[in-house]
Amino acid sequence: MINSFYLVTLLPLVGFLINGLLGKRIKNEKIVGSISTLAVFIPFVIGVLTFFEMLSMSPESRSILINYYNWITAGSFTVNYAYLIDPLSVSLVLIVTGIGTLIHIYSIGYMHNDPGFAKFFAFLNLFIFAMLNLILADNLLLVFLGWEGVGLCSYFLIGFWYEKKFTGEAAKKAFVINRIGDFGFMLAMFFIFTNFNTLEISKFLDGLSVYQVGDTLLLTISLLLFLGATGKSAQIPLFVWLPDAMAGPTPVSALIHAATMVTAGVYLIARTSLLYALSPVASQTIFFIGLLTSIVAATIALKQDDIKKILAYSTVSQLGFMFIALGTGAYWVAVFHLITHAFFKGLLFLGSGSVIHGMHEEQNILKMGGLKSKMKITYITFLIGSLAIAGIPPLSGFFSKDAIVFETYKEVGLGLMIVALFAAGMTAFYMFRMVTLTFYGKPRYDETKVHPHESPATMTIPLIILAILSTFGGFIGIPHAFGFHTYLKEWLDPIFFKATTVLQTIHPVEEPTYTTEFLLIGLAIVTSLIGIIWAYKIYSKKEKFEPASGFGKVLENKYYVDEAYDTLVVEPIKKTSEGFLWKIFDIKIIDGAVNGIARYISNIGFDWRKLQTGVIQDYTTISVAGVVAIILYLLFI
Amino acid sequence: MIEINYYLIVSAILFCTGVIGVLVRRNAIVIFMCIELMLNAINLTFVAFSSYMGNVNGQIFVFIVMTVAAAEAAVGLAIVIALFRNKESVNIDEINILKW
Repeated sequence: MINSFYLVTLLPLVGFLINGLLGKRIKNEKIVGSISTLAVFIPFVIGVLTFFEMLSMSPESRSILINYYNWITAGSFTVNYAYLIDPLSVSLVLIVTGIGTLIHIYSIGYMHNDPGFAKFFAFLNLFIFAMLNLILADNLLLVFLGWEGVGLCSYFLIGFWYEKKFTGEAAKKAFVINRIGDFGFMLAMFFIFTNFNTLEISKFLDGLSVYQVGDTLLLTISLLLFLGATGKSAQIPLFVWLPDAMAGPTPVSALIHAATMVTAGVYLIARTSLLYALSPVASQTIFFIGLLTSIVAATIALKQDDIKKILAYSTVSQLGFMFIALGTGAYWVAVFHLITHAFFKGLLFLGSGSVIHGMHEEQNILKMGGLKSKMKITYITFLIGSLAIAGIPPLSGFFSKDAIVFETYKEVGLGLMIVALFAAGMTAFYMFRMVTLTFYGKPRYDETKVHPHESPATMTIPLIILAILSTFGGFIGIPHAFGFHTYLKEWLDPIFFKATTVLQTIHPVEEPTYTTEFLLIGLAIVTSLIGIIWAYKIYSKKEKFEPASGFGKVLENKYYVDEAYDTLVVEPIKKTSEGFLWKIFDIKIIDGAVNGIARYISNIGFDWRKLQTGVIQDYTTISVAGVVAIILYLLFI
Repeated sequence: MIEINYYLIVSAILFCTGVIGVLVRRNAIVIFMCIELMLNAINLTFVAFSSYMGNVNGQIFVFIVMTVAAAEAAVGLAIVIALFRNKESVNIDEINILKW
């Protein structure tokens, strides 16, 4: 199957071309939807077969580099269009195509009767193409192609309903903020190229062996790459675009802004793990940024009323957890949480889409309530997703989050672990605030006008499949304490082996006893349960919702981060642009220079045009004088 | 047999007269006549050389020049008439609107 691996990226591209060019002519939604879904499903099948093929190989040989063609050659600089197939990339290919397929199926129901139906599917396929390139590429430039491609598709899809003004603005915001991150990524690439003379990740990682731990160059590169990651994966300080990105259709939020694209930053750091193992300062930065983001986003989520905004902040917070894991050096745990998060967050977003669909485009949870009996499948699956993200055993989120908490304890200590646990507790709280307000209690909507109904099968079947995955997905990474194999860790070990060895030599850590581990697990479960029960107690009875005051208001307004960025960054830029760059530099200096030269030439012309008298004899005289002069010259000189 | 130099001198004198006439006279018709003078000076040179070198090419050329001159005279006079209708004058220095 590895021989036909090129189909994995080729098919989504073909799907994009068919639907993008002919979609409007096909008209039939079923055909358009099936083409797109197949263009993702077949790659998924290939991915699964490749996965099994790799399982049969020895762990050391599970890294296959396929070179398709030579993309760029300039002197000694070459970029090959090459894919690296190894446990990490195959895992992500499975996630992207698998969840992608489900979301494509879901979208057939969700986007029913939308005028841009074909366009939507074309963009989804293009997104899958770009994302797979990002994952599979062995060359940073090719990674960057995918990186920008997913950003572009994200822009298209956030602004999909472009006739609404705020969607366009949200799309622009996402794009511009991502550019800031991309700037870091590009600088990192330049540094890598000038110092290692290659952009191939494997060669670059091999070249790292001559450097000492804590080398300044490595620190610079790793921090710049991390800046790129904060942009794409919505971490502080660049997280503000993700909540706004919820203006796009819900399947997009599920696929791009929860399950796949936003994890690109996590993937990038996991891929270059050796670099981060060699720069402890960068790892610490990642850890603290992740911790801060998870806390900040979780607190904001406590006070949001828009169902998708809550999920968006929850995504930011969960991405923070992944970065915590990366920061502690537990790279496989970050990938583990990435995978389980893709399951349950995809599920939650699709569930919220089903709720929004059933409630006639209502997104405010304060105007819902009592939907439990009206949308049974959505309710049950949503509940499973919420329990998974809250970390209730044996659902998937429990294992991955517990692994993160455990690694934090092991590497950093008890104090910061409690902070992380606190964020996890808040996760449970805001999730169940949302579940309670949406599904329990009495209806708070106008029952004469709104008649909530269960969504069609194309929407509920993906929900059910994702719910099953969210339930059992965690079993790939059960801790050793329970006496099982930690399959994911073993599977990913060849990728992270070097990095973990380096980390072990720099900073040897004793493996805590199983007793400690069980205590931590108990503590995590108790925290989650407290969050859940507390939220249920407060919100199941609550009928009146007063406007928030004090700190609640700060949270409701998202710590005024957007406003702060506006005053500190956007407004000064606008003012300098308008006051100096436009009114002084552009008008006075550039326009002045251009117009000045033109005026000068025009003045010269004004004087010299007097030469032209309009009297023919004057011209003739000059002409004859010329002839005479030539004759004289020929005769006498 | 008269030497060719004499023909050439006469021809040169005629030509220069024509040039000076074109440059200094105001009346368009006179200027026109001066141009004819120049053409005929050339014709004279052609025939002189033709006879001197025993070659008829020069004489054939003269016929062409005369034909062209006739055609040119027709066009030129038509222009002069059109000018006079517009400006009531054929003074060349008054016809100077083709300028800035």
